[in-house]
Amino acid sequence: MNLVDSNQAQNNLMVSEAASERTLYPYVTGTSVIGIKYKDGILMAADMGGSYGSTLRYKSVERLKSIGKHSLLGASGEISDFQEILRNLDELILYDNMWDDGNSMGPKEVHNYLTRMMYNRRNKFNPLWNSLVLGGVKNGQKYLGTVNMIGVHFEDDHVATGFGNHLARPILRDEWHANLSFEDGVKLLEKCMRVLLYRDRSAINKLQIAKITEEGVTISQPYALKTFWNFAAFQNPTVGAEGSW
Amino acid sequence: MNSQQIYYIFDLCKSPNLSLSLSFITMAKQHARWSPYDNNGGTCVAIAGADYCVIAADTRMSTGYSILSRDYSKICKLADKCMMASSGFQADVRALQKVLAARHLIYQHQHNKQMSCPAMGQLLSNTLYYKRFFPYYAFNVLGGLDNEGKGCVFTYDAVGSYERVGYSSQGSGSTLIMPFLDNQLKSPSPLLLPAQDAVTPLSESEAVDLVKTCFASATERDIYTGDRLEIVILNADGVRREEMELRKD
Repeated sequence: MNLVDSNQAQNNLMVSEAASERTLYPYVTGTSVIGIKYKDGILMAADMGGSYGSTLRYKSVERLKSIGKHSLLGASGEISDFQEILRNLDELILYDNMWDDGNSMGPKEVHNYLTRMMYNRRNKFNPLWNSLVLGGVKNGQKYLGTVNMIGVHFEDDHVATGFGNHLARPILRDEWHANLSFEDGVKLLEKCMRVLLYRDRSAINKLQIAKITEEGVTISQPYALKTFWNFAAFQNPTVGAEGSW
Repeated sequence: MNSQQIYYIFDLCKSPNLSLSLSFITMAKQHARWSPYDNNGGTCVAIAGADYCVIAADTRMSTGYSILSRDYSKICKLADKCMMASSGFQADVRALQKVLAARHLIYQHQHNKQMSCPAMGQLLSNTLYYKRFFPYYAFNVLGGLDNEGKGCVFTYDAVGSYERVGYSSQGSGSTLIMPFLDNQLKSPSPLLLPAQDAVTPLSESEAVDLVKTCFASATERDIYTGDRLEIVILNADGVRREEMELRKD
């Protein structure tokens, strides 16, 4: 009797584990996103790769999206979860506009909403597997923030997710300043993206850069960076390492 | 409460290194198990004097060996004469601050006054204990002035145990700072009868200097402490803020 009971309990546990669907690990993922403040607003960069583990499964994933009138969202991590987040934000902005009172949600409000959404899902042990970067300009105020899958969030002059935090942010800390022009901002982002391209295996050479100012959002067409692979160490990486391939 | 949540409560008791080495031995899962917690580091100190209170915290936010931000304030104003400094898991800390702000707003509507620091101390304890079985991973010190205008400091653990003291330190650098404060401030034993006043004999400016020394020292050895020090001083005149640069490495 007892044995049957305990078996039943175990089965229930297993059924409930199997029946509940939650992200315990990601399937298709995007790599780093970088965002910086510049003279007139915010710039953001992300490549267009969608990795299925270590397989490069998708090559045209748009990971920079505009949200409402004043915000720009960049995402790394699980692509399907990002698409769900976009659906939620569309609904938020739609209901906000429906009041027709002339008010609109700014980047601060959107970031706060995202922060609560990510933290809420972690509290349910059902995370949205993303690191998000949110930038925007409203009433002359620039805003740049980030939030990750367990709800850790902050604002800064420059932010980066994943590998970007290791490889791009040290460059940004050296070279970033508050009145970067648009051209210099793009150059700085390209420098960071090039380092990531060389050293992050899931980064690809097809990226987009997005700009948001008081005037609105512009997301660039996909393009590639110029690279140089003829360094001796790239040509023959194992020279001098005897017995290696 | 589900089985996974219980798993994490037990997991909190184990060292992170132990659970990591276990997963290597069993090789049951190929990837690291998702954790709802992170440790974002940081150090908090508060010192109470006869007519003032000093609350201080660094502004570094880390995860593992990475720095997320060099300028994240850990000090939160809860009431006119009550400040909380918190370290631990930033997302939980923020949630805790929001709960306390909401509860304080209700209190103001019901009583038409600011909550006292000792009352806020009890509220913080209750709020932490409310989540006893899925805790806020937050380590707080509460500093302020009590109803007599005397400095008060309350120190907490993550699940709400608390005590009124004359000075305290919490967070990643607390192991370096607390013994130093014990040595310098020599608080009277809480076992003495009749109970002795716990406030420190220092003057306000001496206390501020002591706090600066503490953080400069802790920053030398604790990788999770650094960048900038934020100091808030509460006294009869109101609130004053000071800051000091710390090592950035």
